[in-house]
Amino acid sequence: MRRAAVLVAVLVGLGGCGRANRSATDRPLRIWHWMTDREEAFTELAKRYTQQQGIPVRFELYAPSDLYIQKVRAAAQTNGLPDIFGVLGEMRDFASFIRAGHLLTLDAAMAKPVTPRGASWRSTFFPIALAMNTFDHHNPYGVPPGMYGVPLDVMNIQMFYNKRLLKELGLDPEHPPATWEEFLGVGALAKQHGVLGFVSGWAELWLIDCFATDYAIHVMGQKQVEATFKGKIPYTDPRWLEVLGVFEQLRASGLPAEGVVTMVNKRAEQLFANGRAVFAFNGTWGVNVYQGMNPDLDYGVMMPPPLRKDRTMVTWGGAGSSFMVNAKSPKQEAAVAFLQWLTAQPQQRFLLEATHNIPANELAAADLPPALAAFADDMHAVAHPRLFDVQERSTVIEAFDKGIQSILIGEESPLQVAQAVQDVKQREEARQTSLASSTARRP
Amino acid sequence: MALRKQSVVPYLFIIPALVLFSVFSVYSFSLLTYLSLFEWDGVSPIKQFVGLGNYWSVVMHDAVFWRSFWQAGTITAMALAFQNSLALILALTVNRRIRFGTFYRTLFFLPPILSEIVVGLIWAWIYDGNYGIFNECLKALGLGQFARSWLADPKTAITAVAVIHMWKGFGWGFVIFLAGLQTIPQELYEAATVDGANAWLRFRHITLPLLMPVGVVVSVLTILGTMQIFALIMATTQGGPAFHTEVPITRIMASLLGSSRLGYACAQGIVFGLILLAVSLLQMRLSRGMNRATA
Repeated sequence: MRRAAVLVAVLVGLGGCGRANRSATDRPLRIWHWMTDREEAFTELAKRYTQQQGIPVRFELYAPSDLYIQKVRAAAQTNGLPDIFGVLGEMRDFASFIRAGHLLTLDAAMAKPVTPRGASWRSTFFPIALAMNTFDHHNPYGVPPGMYGVPLDVMNIQMFYNKRLLKELGLDPEHPPATWEEFLGVGALAKQHGVLGFVSGWAELWLIDCFATDYAIHVMGQKQVEATFKGKIPYTDPRWLEVLGVFEQLRASGLPAEGVVTMVNKRAEQLFANGRAVFAFNGTWGVNVYQGMNPDLDYGVMMPPPLRKDRTMVTWGGAGSSFMVNAKSPKQEAAVAFLQWLTAQPQQRFLLEATHNIPANELAAADLPPALAAFADDMHAVAHPRLFDVQERSTVIEAFDKGIQSILIGEESPLQVAQAVQDVKQREEARQTSLASSTARRP
Repeated sequence: MALRKQSVVPYLFIIPALVLFSVFSVYSFSLLTYLSLFEWDGVSPIKQFVGLGNYWSVVMHDAVFWRSFWQAGTITAMALAFQNSLALILALTVNRRIRFGTFYRTLFFLPPILSEIVVGLIWAWIYDGNYGIFNECLKALGLGQFARSWLADPKTAITAVAVIHMWKGFGWGFVIFLAGLQTIPQELYEAATVDGANAWLRFRHITLPLLMPVGVVVSVLTILGTMQIFALIMATTQGGPAFHTEVPITRIMASLLGSSRLGYACAQGIVFGLILLAVSLLQMRLSRGMNRATA
């Protein structure tokens, strides 16, 4: 009896091994992502790919993004990453995955011709979208130079304005405020008419950071912002005070909605879509969101208004989302082939129509609907901290963005915030120096 | 032989529990402690040993972390005072065999079973500074001058969050207090009534002392539950405005996900855990002392 039980156990075990071996080759190509709004479109594309190529593909969704980040990190520690996945976070986090050997370099694949005319895969993308997935020879992270991600779409963050509300306020909806003063002036008008002036998800610090970065580059220029990140210019510099002063002026104008500092972006999107707010600072994805919430909403898109007319205004933008190939996956080649297919013109057009995001494939981005075309036209005027020579430390960014919230609630002045941020910056630099010296001391 | 077998069998029964406890508690805690000694982002192949450096930074330099303790402590103090008092009053009321007692029991236990995220989102709408019901009610009552964005105003943010937490949490205390009240023998009340004790004296000398152990349990659960408040904060304020509603768990999450400092987050977690342990032990000791004094 006991022998029979042992025999059964061994057979079951062997059966399991057999199944595991088969699953390594037969299992579908697994893709992890966090983009809840695109699940249906991705599932449809997976179905089409399976029909065309005979290779099963499975998209697995893990949202919200915080949960997704944790899942990817945990999987990285146990070598359990799927064949294709996205890395959320800063360039520093991206670099950690490369250093740990999780990401496949895509330079060779990108150089290969993919179109009937022999154009390389690389040449089909918006250059900025590729740049955000590329580490150059002098990158500060010590990562081997190369291209490590495939952009799926591009985005930038601008100012949406409600045309009907502008008209009600006595303004020309076809000529929205073009200067900072005109923009602030809408605050008083909005209050008189009982509507909200400006909404944005500024409880989510990254959206504040986008707005602040836009004005920092406008006031100082990108090189000076980078110099601050490198520790060469303090945050107490008058130019940074001017940047922080933008938020003091915003508060004084009464333009931001009550409670904008604890407003999540979903709530801001609802308020704008329901025609309760004149302006919303939001990204390209807003086109899809507003379409879903209120298809009749009549809105336009403009760059954040400049403080000075003689200086160019840029806005935060670049690759919206990107996919990376797991360097430890036995299905690397299949993964790359799938991504080539996914970023080809027909699939990118399908994604555009289904999700209203600007495709990363430049050819597919021609002939866009008007709202998206406004964003696409400004893709030449975008900046992204990922493309800076160096990134600011997250603790400093947090102190800066939380400081801006303090200004917006009238608790602190720009100078107080600047000093607090500079203190955090100095502490962080001292910590980094100490870590670097202890690493250097190690034999 | 039979005796030996008999003495082994009980140990066999506890092996599954022991294995689970070892894997999910002992091993996890050991790993957490080990990782807290490193500077590590959770992905890189290299972990840099920093000894007690992370603990030193947490204790000596992380003012926001300690501020978050103070804020969680404020919510806890409010919960201990108001949430538990409300729970006790309602339990005493329902225990008096009033009409619709079962209905009230169900009603009071509804908030705790709701998702914290859902509760947070609903209350965020109620508190909304632009179109919130709360402000509309104030205006209708002629108190419009007090209307504000309750969650975004630094003067009211922490109290507003505490109110939501207490609304959501009082049902637990209610159920436990009610169970405790039902274990007190009726004969004691009858004897006291015969002796001429009024309602207050019966409460003071019978209910309160006999309910003390239950009160300790409710207090400890309130402290542990409130100090670890997280989802509600994320659904309402995300720690804002500025740092006004940050609590220890949001700070640990900020280190883990925002700054990618896994080792530092582990050190924060251990410091937090030790403080909670100390507070709970202190609370139990104080309550035991009070219990003895009452007896």
